[in-house]
Amino acid sequence: MTTRPTPSPPTNADTPTAQQREAATTIFERSVEGRRAGTVPPAGVPEPPLAELIPAELLRAEGPALPEVSEPEIVRHYNRLSRRNFDLDTGPYPLGSCTMKHNPRLNEKVAALPGHARLHPAQDPKRAQGALELMWRLERALSEICGLPHVSLQPSAGSHGELAGLLLTRAYHADRGDERTKVLTPDTAHGTNPATVTMAGYEVVKVATDERGGVDVDDLRSKTDESVACLMLTNPNTLGLFDPNVAEITSTVRAAGGTLYYDGANLQAIMGYSRPGDMGFDIVHVNLHKSFSQPHGGGGPGAGPIAVSERIAPFLPRPRIVRAEGSNGARPRFELDHDQPKSIGRLRGFQGNFGVFVRSYAYIASLGGDGLRDASETAVLNSNYLLARMRSGRAGERLPLAFDRRPLHEFVLSGAPAKRELGVRTLDIAKRLLDYGFHPPTIYFPLLVDEALMVEPTETETRESLDDLAAAFDEILAEAERDPQILRDAPYTTPVRRLDEAAASRRPVIRQPLDR
Amino acid sequence: MSRYTSATDADVREMLATIGVASIEELFEVIPEGLRLGRALDLPPGQAEQAVYAELRDLAARNVSAEDEISFLGAGMYDHYVPAIVDAITQRSEFLTPYTPYQPEVSQGGLQVMFEFQTAISELTGLPVANASLYEGPSSVASAAYLALGVAKGRRKLVASRGLHPHSRATLETYARGFGAEVVEVGLAGGVTDAGAVVGALDDEVAAVFVQNPNFLGAVEDLEALASAAHEAGALCVASVDAPTLGVLRPPGECGVDVAVGEGQPLGNRLDFGGPSFGFFAATEEHLRRMPGRIAGETTDADGRRGFVLALQTREQHIRRERATHNICTSQALNALAGTIYLAWLGRRGIVELGELLVRRTAYARERLAGVEGVELLHDAPVAREFAVRLDAPVREVVDRVSEEGIAAGYPLARDYPEYEDGLLVAITERRSREDIDRLADALARAIAAASAPGDELFSDSENKASRTAEATR
Ligand SMILES: Cc1ncc(COP(=O)(O)O)c(C=O)c1O
Repeated sequence: MTTRPTPSPPTNADTPTAQQREAATTIFERSVEGRRAGTVPPAGVPEPPLAELIPAELLRAEGPALPEVSEPEIVRHYNRLSRRNFDLDTGPYPLGSCTMKHNPRLNEKVAALPGHARLHPAQDPKRAQGALELMWRLERALSEICGLPHVSLQPSAGSHGELAGLLLTRAYHADRGDERTKVLTPDTAHGTNPATVTMAGYEVVKVATDERGGVDVDDLRSKTDESVACLMLTNPNTLGLFDPNVAEITSTVRAAGGTLYYDGANLQAIMGYSRPGDMGFDIVHVNLHKSFSQPHGGGGPGAGPIAVSERIAPFLPRPRIVRAEGSNGARPRFELDHDQPKSIGRLRGFQGNFGVFVRSYAYIASLGGDGLRDASETAVLNSNYLLARMRSGRAGERLPLAFDRRPLHEFVLSGAPAKRELGVRTLDIAKRLLDYGFHPPTIYFPLLVDEALMVEPTETETRESLDDLAAAFDEILAEAERDPQILRDAPYTTPVRRLDEAAASRRPVIRQPLDR
Repeated sequence: MSRYTSATDADVREMLATIGVASIEELFEVIPEGLRLGRALDLPPGQAEQAVYAELRDLAARNVSAEDEISFLGAGMYDHYVPAIVDAITQRSEFLTPYTPYQPEVSQGGLQVMFEFQTAISELTGLPVANASLYEGPSSVASAAYLALGVAKGRRKLVASRGLHPHSRATLETYARGFGAEVVEVGLAGGVTDAGAVVGALDDEVAAVFVQNPNFLGAVEDLEALASAAHEAGALCVASVDAPTLGVLRPPGECGVDVAVGEGQPLGNRLDFGGPSFGFFAATEEHLRRMPGRIAGETTDADGRRGFVLALQTREQHIRRERATHNICTSQALNALAGTIYLAWLGRRGIVELGELLVRRTAYARERLAGVEGVELLHDAPVAREFAVRLDAPVREVVDRVSEEGIAAGYPLARDYPEYEDGLLVAITERRSREDIDRLADALARAIAAASAPGDELFSDSENKASRTAEATR
């Protein structure tokens, strides 16, 4: 294994960096009475005292204590803050399950066109034909990618799509006069799956994982009966492994009358290769902020459209977009259909996160079908290459694959040997990676893996950056062999060092105290 | 190699050799043969950046946006000005491209923004604790119901005012089926929530009362009276509030409201045809550990420096799983950042001035329109930023005619409020000047006169009906 050409980062914090010396100051603490940035235009209409227009007892005695700062200060403040973030545009961000792929700036540019950005959501559909057509086309593309005929773009993120899916399941069973109480989720499932089950009024039944990292089919069979409303599955699962028994799994639950929910967070692995609809699923959510390049924004926004089978379609959220052929060669017309008598109703206001749809539409239009397939291929290639590089170094022994099978777009390592043999935890390795200029992988998930590290490089990383990442892991493990304390005290170079998270929850300070 | 990837043929060859496989297809052999698609996706071929730009520009050009007309559309989202610094800062890579701050040492920027945002929302609402955002307005209302049902063990009814946004009521209904709860609606009297009806609907089954301020018809509600009615019956009071008018309207926290939620779009976020924006969620201290979503908290690092982390994570799905207080994971951090910058830009005086301007211009507009032949006020309750009128002519037709003059007259109420078939909701922002309002009044006068004239079927309602019954092609 080659070593990195760049010098290794410091192994202590003896010389604080400039950023470390800069004390965190909030915008409220920068406030000086009398300063301001924005101006409000003169009313230009009669200005009676407010109490003549609204009864005094409904008015506020004292305005909210927002900061008083000038525009240059605001810009400098948030610029400084921004530099206290690590971001994808600065370096590799192999955060498993999150698909941190490049965010094309073209998508930002087209989303900002005034015809999109300043379009009012209550505009009459006659005067929003471009937006409705874009949404309709995106629905059709997602339908083709997922292999399911109908799509609703309404859910605002993956977990919102999951809630939609279980409420659809509830409506589907109720329509048949069928009362069901349980939802099956594998123990590898993302936390949003069981949390959603409870919100949708069902009981979680956990299904075990077999020794190959897939669903334990015997366990599934023993738990599948007429009380099961739905199975929620991620495939490839959160171990990055495609379940070889998926057809059998879906047909088992289908035979017992349940619906099949596909958590599409990992669609990234299989675009153009395999489709959830063809695997037997009824409902799929797609994270547009993962597979389809919407920037993650420090924790959103995203969107979680759902694609569904015929039997679920009558229950889709309102309103739905409908298309009518134009007569005599005129353009087709698009409308919002609010009727849909069997619909579960609304999941949110208006039509969904349209700005996200524009970006993902632009992404799909840029890549086309072949490009999407190429994205998945390259993601899988990069993941397997990184794994091979890591295995040829110290990670092979210290951070082995949790389940030794060929992964797709991401893989999960276990830091158990490193912990046992070197006395460093996965957390310590992750913190040391920060000093090396990488965002660490997802850690401690999935829960069934001891000291888990979940690595997803995505297709937009170059081979060189994967080599660097593998080399950094190797070097860090070498440091641990030499002196594990280096890792335990890391990071040294970040704007702040390890933070006391327990204290923040024990005695929470979650807002700025203000002296009025 | 396609757009946004870097692997050349030579890279691929060497990478495959390192992996020890002969081809990329071999990597996909873990997918059973029968489940492989075996054909190309049926999508248009990929296009160059120039072509994609042109396609999207052409689609955008087929929308009539607030850039193209004088828009009095509101109904929950408003055409406020978005300051230039909002775009400049939110487009910075360091805010645009990271994810949820799971590694706080390299996420201090985002975490501190959350902390500032929570502080600003807490100030606006007058409630001590706020989270770092939810998706948007109506789903935040439904999320408050989940909290209320958890607090009031065994109570299974939710009382919602008809003044609550129709999308919020619809979303509440949808979620309530999962919660196993029943939504009971109470009507309006004189434009505001019928307080007597609220009291009548309250019993020991009710977990919470849901109101909006100003309500959907623009009327300013007496939150204090509604909150104390709820409390008397042992229920919580949840208020959905409009942020820009909180500079002048009594904040929910002062009125005894337990949970305040709202749509964040008016705070520095684009209209974007309805999203992405953000929802805010604030509550009294006792509900802190039941709050949904991310919350940033202050702490110190190993060297004693001030820093910020995600606090109280044991409420959340990634730790608590089926016992989490909510299922939300990815939220609306970037939109909440826009809101935070906007509130700093507006500042302590600006938020009050904006509120005053909205109240005064809305009063002017209401009076001006009420003076138009064929326009009548739908209610005469006090209003702050939006008001409802009745038209003495078919509303759709009038709106279409006014639109010919480059003005979006407002939001027709008929679909959401069949009892106000002839209703129109008109919204004011600081971008709608007195001249704009005068133009609207004049255009309305002409449109109503023309629409009332016999024999002119140019914009007849039947055309709208025909397009409304258009069918899906698949
Ligand atoms: C496997 C999996 N399922 C579901 C989700 C939830 O998606 P979201 O965060 O968009 O709600 C995520 C990501 O966060 C995920 O990784």
